Amino acid sequence: MSFLPDRALDHLRDVAETPDFSETRYQVEEEIGRGGMGIVYRAWDAQLERRVAVKVMNAGYAINREAKLLAQLEHPGIAPVYDAGALPDGRCYYAMRLIQGRRLDEFLRAEPALPARLRLFEKICEAVAFAHNRGVIHCDLKPQNIMVGEFGEVFVVDWGVARALDGAPAPPAGTPPYMAPEQSGGGADARTDVFALGRILRDLMPDPPPRPLAAIAQKASARDAAARFANVQQLAADVGRFLDGQPVAAYRDTVPERLARFGRQNQVLLLLLGTYLAVKLFLYFLAPALK
Amino acid sequence: MNKPVVGLIAGAVLGAIDGATAWFTPAVRSEMTTILMGSSVKGMAVGIICGFLARKVHSTAAGLAAGAGFGLLFAYLVALMPEPDGTHYYLQIMVPGFVLGALIGFLTQKMGTAPAKA
Repeated sequence: MSFLPDRALDHLRDVAETPDFSETRYQVEEEIGRGGMGIVYRAWDAQLERRVAVKVMNAGYAINREAKLLAQLEHPGIAPVYDAGALPDGRCYYAMRLIQGRRLDEFLRAEPALPARLRLFEKICEAVAFAHNRGVIHCDLKPQNIMVGEFGEVFVVDWGVARALDGAPAPPAGTPPYMAPEQSGGGADARTDVFALGRILRDLMPDPPPRPLAAIAQKASARDAAARFANVQQLAADVGRFLDGQPVAAYRDTVPERLARFGRQNQVLLLLLGTYLAVKLFLYFLAPALK
Repeated sequence: MNKPVVGLIAGAVLGAIDGATAWFTPAVRSEMTTILMGSSVKGMAVGIICGFLARKVHSTAAGLAAGAGFGLLFAYLVALMPEPDGTHYYLQIMVPGFVLGALIGFLTQKMGTAPAKA
């Protein structure tokens, strides 16, 4: 039995949960996201007079590992870290760029055309490939962790369960169905992110999907890691080939498909050759009759 | 390979093929060698012009138009020359020459490398 009305209890819960930023330069405005590792707020940076996103880690995350890791990843597709510190209650926080945009899953509801979706996918791959190159694997790639900006810029966010490529096995992390089978055993390498990207690619495809694209997604998200693309660059390159109308590595074209592709790519040439042949046939068969 | 060379080769090959089709016209079969040479030279001339144009202008439409125009012009000059019996084959030479010129113009736009801009 409670002696306080529900509204009052909710308010007390909010107040207790809202971090105390009074000793920092940030003024919290509202909660904008919540995950297993912490809560993200929109905040005002009073010193630089700009809006930022501040992630407050849950109690127990003593070392601001995520902020340190993100600080190593300076890439246009990864939100930069501005500042990090600790709150009076001991919780760690870090401030980063506030991304104005939509989550990938929300963006897809607007039904952009397939080429636009795939170009977006290439940008996601670029950011992930960059992280891999710096020795970091994300381990929780999913549409909810990808933001699309107003001008089509892409940001891979929530690096909370990211780990070093050469790191020791970690507790299972990830989100089904984007979680690779090996993650349930604590294992992960670059192909773990390739798996998740394959699942994301599947989300981007129309129904029914073009066969070469479906084959790329299938190869990327194969249960056996050895059967996947060896790295993100290879996956992105195959998607790029599909976008350019070239044959993809993951799919062997049938003869009619090859002919159709050749026809699409050489329309003017075929038209000219066809015209030439038609003219020749016309002259051969009909011109004598016109004399 | 630079574009004028592409034009030269494409013009020679396509011109020779075009000339070879004269074999289907029995009246001129005895002059196949002359026709083959003349047609090849005509194709090469169009090819070189289109090749140099392609170095300056990067436009498929411009290549097609120039090729067709020069193809027609050179075909007209060839067609002006009468056969031994006095016959002129304007239609048989100029119409294919027009299409073949467009084909050469197109190829010079799509193939070969243009010099880098300073």
